[in-house]
Amino acid sequence: MSAVASHKKPPRVGDGPVFRRLLIGIVLSLGALLILAPLLVIGHEAFKQGVKVYTSTLNHPDTRHAIMMTVITALIAVPVNTAFGVAAAWAITKFDFRGKRLLLVVIEIPFSVSPIVAGVAYLFVYGLQGLFGPWLDAHDIKILFALPGIVLASMFVTAPFVARELIPLMQAQGRDLEEAATSLGASGWRTFFSVTLPNVKWALLYGVVLCNARVMGEFGAVSIVSGNIRGQTNTLPLHIELLYHDYQAAGAFASASILALLAVFTIIAKVALERRGAGRRKAQATDAVSTGH
Amino acid sequence: MRRNVLPGLHLSLGITLFYVGLIVVLPLAALVFKAASLGPAEYWSIVSSPRALASYKVTALSALVATLFNLVFGLALAWVLTRYRFPGRRIVDAMVDLPFALPTAVAGISLTALFSNNGWFGSVLSEAGLKVAYTPIGIMIAMCFTSLPFIVRTVQPVLEDLDPALEEAAQSLGGSDWTIFRKVILPLLTPALLAGLSLSFARSLGEFGAIIFIAGNQPMSTEITALLIFIRLEEYDYQAAAAIASVLLLTAFAMLAVTNWLQSRALRYTVKG
Repeated sequence: MSAVASHKKPPRVGDGPVFRRLLIGIVLSLGALLILAPLLVIGHEAFKQGVKVYTSTLNHPDTRHAIMMTVITALIAVPVNTAFGVAAAWAITKFDFRGKRLLLVVIEIPFSVSPIVAGVAYLFVYGLQGLFGPWLDAHDIKILFALPGIVLASMFVTAPFVARELIPLMQAQGRDLEEAATSLGASGWRTFFSVTLPNVKWALLYGVVLCNARVMGEFGAVSIVSGNIRGQTNTLPLHIELLYHDYQAAGAFASASILALLAVFTIIAKVALERRGAGRRKAQATDAVSTGH
Repeated sequence: MRRNVLPGLHLSLGITLFYVGLIVVLPLAALVFKAASLGPAEYWSIVSSPRALASYKVTALSALVATLFNLVFGLALAWVLTRYRFPGRRIVDAMVDLPFALPTAVAGISLTALFSNNGWFGSVLSEAGLKVAYTPIGIMIAMCFTSLPFIVRTVQPVLEDLDPALEEAAQSLGGSDWTIFRKVILPLLTPALLAGLSLSFARSLGEFGAIIFIAGNQPMSTEITALLIFIRLEEYDYQAAAAIASVLLLTAFAMLAVTNWLQSRALRYTVKG
């Protein structure tokens, strides 16, 4: 029966064989030029001067230190951001309070703000010409041009990542299960860990993966607050810039290849998590936040 | 409204407000405070200096061209990914996110390597007399790269949910493919396209890492606003940095308002009960 139906049905708009092949051809060629080529050229440039230059760059103490800085920053910023995202999602989806819409907008602000603006803003809080700068200086606490500044700036740029994955999903799932668990005598934590968390774990992981990729790759905001001190406050993206401007292109691309690998792994993880239902149907779920109370 | 029995409001809301306050609101308030501490005359003379105006112009124009390019290419990409089945479709679909996943500095140096005069593309283009790296075209290409996923990802779900019955009805009335696309499909996509457009444009206005390597960074011609802020900081001219950064911040807020408005409109028309 379906064969008959599909036989009778006219082809959908744009399904003509010539148009279809032409459009696929054009789009894939342009995509290869604009998206694939930048990825391939990294590998090409990294190994241009041989494997030796590649391995010696990656073994150089400055590169190793930059990798360490990047990993440490992510190890602090990602868990803290995750905790924030969970708390924000719990507060916003499980309770009604005034100013909820405003809070949602404020959480999303870092997505719209240029990383450079974020870096400058942190300068005016913790820098010498900023709000707390003189006090911090008098007490010999270093925030800017040190690890804390890098971590704080990274937290700013990634603040919405976990929350925006959890909020639509938890909103769509409602409160009934949690209310049932509490009324049966489960504590708040128990309710969260045995009822809420299993339902949102893939979305949570999805947010964490994206947050981590952004933290490890952040450049603009970190370049302002780090001070760019070689072997001290350089993260991997800053190290790449330094090598590049030192005319060590092969070294810059060798370091870049690590971050490119991270990007590829991030995309693979993203696809794997999307198959488990994370990250999809955002439109409907966000709508539930605005209308569902 | 029924009484809420769930625990943890004070703890979770407390953490949220503290974090948002410390990480997001405080720094932006400090920036606005710093910019506002300049007198109006001084503020105006900084933000309307010829070099600043030139940077707004090249940033906004490049962002506009990049966004319009992405509007067409992103729509075509979303169309191909949702309407056609071909080998490797899933891989292409996943690769669309590469510009989001690839750190901007990495994108910056690799685009520069591609488009510089001895690069894969640059060598061909320079023979044709077109210089891309270290010109405004380079800025546009970097912006195209970093903001491409916005349009694809906002249009894709709407294209997937499009009701085939609408097209069939139009076809039975004798409309050609092009007419049906223009009169039936495009209007349904418009809210999502506009939302993606504003996201893409906002991202391009603030982009830094991917651009500074490929732009020539010449004052008055290829210096983007974000870079001008950075340069003012390096010169220890904090007031100028604050003033120009506040312009970018206000623009970002304006774009955020536009995006929210467009998205709420888009949802009104696309979400079915």
